[in-house]
Amino acid sequence: MNTEYLGIIFMYLLTIAIAIPMGKYIAKVFKGEKTWFDFMAPLEMLIFKLSGIDPTREMNWKQHLKALLTINAVWLFYAFFCLLFQAHLPLNPDHNPSQTLDLAFNTALSFLTNTNLQDYSGESGATYYTQLFVFMFLHFVSASTGLAAMMVIFKAMKDKVADKLGNFWDFLVKGITRLLLPLSFLVAVILAFNGTPTSFKGKDTVIGLQGDTVHVSRGPAAAMIAIKQTGTNGGGWFGVNSAHPFENPNYLTNIVENVSIIAIPIALVFALGFYLNKKKLAWVIFGVMTVGFLIMLFPSVIAEVGGNPAIAHMGVGQPGGAMEGKEVRFGAAASAYWGITTTVTSNGSVNAMHDSMMPVSGLAQMFDMMINAFYGGVGVGFMNFYIFIIIAVFISGLMVGRTPEFMGRKIEAREMKIASLIALLHPFIILVGTSIAAYVLVHFPNAAWATKPSAWLNNPGFHGFTEMLYQYTSSAANNGSGYAGLTANNIFWNVSTGIIIFVGRFFPIIGPVAIAGILANKKFVPESAGTLKTDTATFGIMIFAVIFIVAALSFFPALTLGPIAEHFSLK
Amino acid sequence: MKTYILPSLKITVILLVLLSGVYPLVIAGIGKFTPGQGDGVTVTYKGKVVGYANIGQKFTQDKYFWSRPSAANYQADAGAGSNKGPSNADYLKDVKARIDTFIKHNPGVSRAEIPAELVTASGSGLDPDLSPAGAKVQIARIAKVRGLSLAQVNNIVEQNTETPLLGLFGPAKVNVLKMNVALDELKK
Repeated sequence: MNTEYLGIIFMYLLTIAIAIPMGKYIAKVFKGEKTWFDFMAPLEMLIFKLSGIDPTREMNWKQHLKALLTINAVWLFYAFFCLLFQAHLPLNPDHNPSQTLDLAFNTALSFLTNTNLQDYSGESGATYYTQLFVFMFLHFVSASTGLAAMMVIFKAMKDKVADKLGNFWDFLVKGITRLLLPLSFLVAVILAFNGTPTSFKGKDTVIGLQGDTVHVSRGPAAAMIAIKQTGTNGGGWFGVNSAHPFENPNYLTNIVENVSIIAIPIALVFALGFYLNKKKLAWVIFGVMTVGFLIMLFPSVIAEVGGNPAIAHMGVGQPGGAMEGKEVRFGAAASAYWGITTTVTSNGSVNAMHDSMMPVSGLAQMFDMMINAFYGGVGVGFMNFYIFIIIAVFISGLMVGRTPEFMGRKIEAREMKIASLIALLHPFIILVGTSIAAYVLVHFPNAAWATKPSAWLNNPGFHGFTEMLYQYTSSAANNGSGYAGLTANNIFWNVSTGIIIFVGRFFPIIGPVAIAGILANKKFVPESAGTLKTDTATFGIMIFAVIFIVAALSFFPALTLGPIAEHFSLK
Repeated sequence: MKTYILPSLKITVILLVLLSGVYPLVIAGIGKFTPGQGDGVTVTYKGKVVGYANIGQKFTQDKYFWSRPSAANYQADAGAGSNKGPSNADYLKDVKARIDTFIKHNPGVSRAEIPAELVTASGSGLDPDLSPAGAKVQIARIAKVRGLSLAQVNNIVEQNTETPLLGLFGPAKVNVLKMNVALDELKK
């Protein structure tokens, strides 16, 4: 068991050791300074030339958003039609069928938005074409979309920029060529040498030692799994994601994949410090995020390593912890660690089934996604945190009687309205979604649908309620992990989560970019004795309090009905 | 909007070629030089492929080391976990039944000696491994059925046990298929 604890401590320290220099590197790339990946420049020039784009043309925040939303619309239609007709497209060696209308709607939105809620199974519900040319493509571009939006905010925080906020296409392409592609390449090669398939051969059939015939799904999975992690996407090649022994073959690959999940989100916090030359502010933000992360991590690890009390009563030993839904090669500690890292970052890949984890872990994982800003997804994690900063600045300004200012700009009613709406949108869509589902389940259990509501849940009681709450939380947070026992591939769930995924992605991008853009156009007020300092521990505590009050107050009642009640009833 | 649509379409096509075409093909090329040539590493017995090293297999006969229970019945084109919650009464009944079955087939083993992984389903339904304890608790049964000494079977467990990464990180494990091939090879 000690080696299991050592394993997760090592993973976290390795992540930090990678994230700090990576943050410096990212800042350099977007400042246009020299880096060792400058050999990518000719490729970038070629991409811009062929697309007829001038990457040096400065855009204001509205132009940024127009470009972002236009290209996302293109991707959405492209993905939707590919999925609807995948059976007739090339690269389908396993002869899998096309997706139904509602499933394609859900899946296209889900991958477009970096969510990757998967109501299908990769082995039977997708083809090699859609895996590579839809899912993996969207893995790259959705992550880079988040990066591009975040860069607008970084830029807007600088002095005297006003409407010169860089070029969207430039950010989008460089996020891929300078960061996501090189990193994914490295991870994919490591995976390939550890047994993850890379070839285009379809299913294999073998007869085992006991004489059973087994069909083994394969495919060019390594390339996709790499970007699924580095881009905080999470949508895997195989249905059971990184619990699958091809998708995550051993403890080494588990370390590599898990570090990839949170390395970029943490690096981006440091990138902010290097980019604006405000290293202290970066450390304050990192500190707040890390405290939040650890508060979630410890209880989950303790619960999983401790095992299921109901099984302990049967007299069997649980030297490895609670093993239902977990893989022997990772063990309970690394599964709990993954569960927390994947939910704080909006990644959503899993190496163990969350549905079978202890209620304490479920509570922590949902809390991560309800806050959605402790590290957070590539780009968008910081943007969620930015909203909390704005609110914290405003509230503390009111408390001490100083003008609320952040980065030399006054925060006024208009920005506060946007920030409050975005902060409240998240609990609103999660709780309304869950209450509608619970209402339908209770009042129309036998509605004449293809999947009757009474057949939705895989578990009774509190745990069943958690399955629904988790699904909407994961959708709104664009996380994509699931309590996989929920029967989600039907019209009700495909459509309702699809809508929530969409709302949960684009408004939290538009809001912060708009705030940053408006602030950038305000008069710059140099720091004075009357300015509220934002790079202090005191302000860090203030942000933490704002986050906890917003999240705890809005979600606590729902959490009480789910994991908290289950925890106290589990004997 | 028109200013954005045309560049959007063009850059999408170019990025599709680069990210979905070139990148996975390069990885597939590199994969040719990996163990298993990128097709997955197989295990052979008497010159015949009997499975994939990483993909768990169903073993229920007394002469073999049993694998963990699988919610997917070890169908490697439809891996799945049970997704049963820890408080689910029906699920707990299943676990109880598995314990009883195990004790019936392994008389003399006490409940406390059975590690939970032998009575709980894995996440993938394809878990290829057991903990060393999960293998050792089956030694007496296998030795008796096969007419081998305890030391011979124990040897197979020891030889196939993989220590934590660098001796430091993660759990120890032992591959069930490899142990069972080793058992069959002893017979020759």
